[in-house]
Amino acid sequence: MSDALVSARGLEKRFGDFAAVAGVDFEVYRGEAFGFLGPNGAGKSSTMRMVGATSGRSAGELTVLGLDPADRGPEIRARLGVVPQEDNLDLELSVADNLFVYGRYFGIGRKELRQRIEGLLEFARLSERAGDRVDNLSGGLKRRLTIARALVNEPQLILLDEPTTGLDPQARHLLWDRLYSLKHEGVTLVLTTHYMEEAEQLCDRLVVMDKGTIIAQGSPRELVERYVTREVLEFRFRPGEAPGTQTVLPLSNGLVTRAEGVADRLLLYTDEGDKAAETLISSGLSPLSHLVRRASLEDVFLTLTGRALTD
Amino acid sequence: MQVPPALRPLCYFWVQFVRTWKGDVSTTFFTPLLFLASIGAGLGSLVGHGRPLASLGGENYVSFVAPALLATTAMQVAIARATYEVFGYCNFWTGAYRSMQASPISTGQIVTGQLTWIAARVLLASALYLCVSAIFGAVHSPAAAADLVVGPLVGLAFGAPIAAYAVTVRHDQPFTIIFRLVMMPLFLFSGTFFPLSQLPAALRYLAYALPLWHGVALSRDLYYGRVDVLADLGHALYLVAVTLAGALVARATFEKRLAR
Repeated sequence: MSDALVSARGLEKRFGDFAAVAGVDFEVYRGEAFGFLGPNGAGKSSTMRMVGATSGRSAGELTVLGLDPADRGPEIRARLGVVPQEDNLDLELSVADNLFVYGRYFGIGRKELRQRIEGLLEFARLSERAGDRVDNLSGGLKRRLTIARALVNEPQLILLDEPTTGLDPQARHLLWDRLYSLKHEGVTLVLTTHYMEEAEQLCDRLVVMDKGTIIAQGSPRELVERYVTREVLEFRFRPGEAPGTQTVLPLSNGLVTRAEGVADRLLLYTDEGDKAAETLISSGLSPLSHLVRRASLEDVFLTLTGRALTD
Repeated sequence: MQVPPALRPLCYFWVQFVRTWKGDVSTTFFTPLLFLASIGAGLGSLVGHGRPLASLGGENYVSFVAPALLATTAMQVAIARATYEVFGYCNFWTGAYRSMQASPISTGQIVTGQLTWIAARVLLASALYLCVSAIFGAVHSPAAAADLVVGPLVGLAFGAPIAAYAVTVRHDQPFTIIFRLVMMPLFLFSGTFFPLSQLPAALRYLAYALPLWHGVALSRDLYYGRVDVLADLGHALYLVAVTLAGALVARATFEKRLAR
């Protein structure tokens, strides 16, 4: 028997004529952090809701924790932790009451639940705010509470739909830190994100989704190696003055293998960024500024779709 | 022992209730109390000089109005829960149903839990109201205790179909129409303040067709201890039928709404 906690074959979700998820195959293995990377509307959330056994599939096969969500939904949900895209916490209740009520939905006894809540508050670094109304928490704290809440039934698998969207960098790093520690404890994580940095930080393996289909999969490093060069040279030009990619490529002496224009920026894929910059500038190109950076999943997405990942 | 999934939503409703019960008491308790005092006792002292009248089934006015107000209170409490509360719980600002949905609780069980809670709130209001009307001397038989079942039943006959509707709306304006064009006329014209025989035939049959009059008639028989088994069984079965039909529709509309 394979160790796949989630397994999908030809999975589809249609709303009328529109296919939100148009036949995807993937497997999530025990103990890994698995990501769905893609822009808004790629079908990530629809996929997550099917895996979370709250939304039925239109076609294909799906097993979660070895069970079919179509007829074993309650059993699956009893063993899942779900962090939805929008915090559906009760803003008028206290932090502790939110955890308590949610725990009761899972049929956890009062005494046991009180003990668990203490541990969860500690985990989320919210012990001191236990009695505060959720209304008064910052976005980052609300997210941490939502994650703590998803852990109340001690799940083997946690689904996180865009866990850090809308958070400031500091809150995001704190959240990543909490997710690392969960992963370290052996919990399997499935998350969606449109931040390539998040996918790189957290995911062992990921699939890139666009328009309801999977367009690439692998580890972040594999994807970068397969689809883009080691480095990216970025040139910024005055508005309207960026030269076409076809005029730039021949000037680079073969150092640049591919070029993408994004507004007034030119992204040049190369294994030797500094040398390419020197060559191009000495051959007459005059950008406002330039920088050399490591290639990222953002570049993978751009290469695969010709569009940027975030807006 | 684990709480069955269909009753687990009650934990949430209870926590909310504990937080807000003081505000609720005004609608579920003081309003009927004020009506009983002003219309029942006050206006009632003018009707036949407060003495029993044959046209009121041999009762004085306060005894005529009191059992009917139990049924109207049941309706009002249930409609208030089934409109704004249900609407709020299914939309994102509290997200209660969404949270339940992520747990082992099924959508059908969410409906059962919600309707059970509405029935419990009506039960509480009915119990309080029974005590008050006893103080006004309007309870003439221990059979009135059966109103602790009739009240919630009247509540569900309104609560179930209206909850079914409330999850389908995008804005809460239609609820104002329910309050003004459904609840208010029923409150006034279901044999509450004067016998139904005073109404033109068309309106009378309309009142017979809607649940409140059945609740009013049932509650009167119990308050007076004059149970007519066949007629009262008919009233009760009618209320049960409307409740079950409403609950079935609610299950379908909740599933449709929460599947998104």
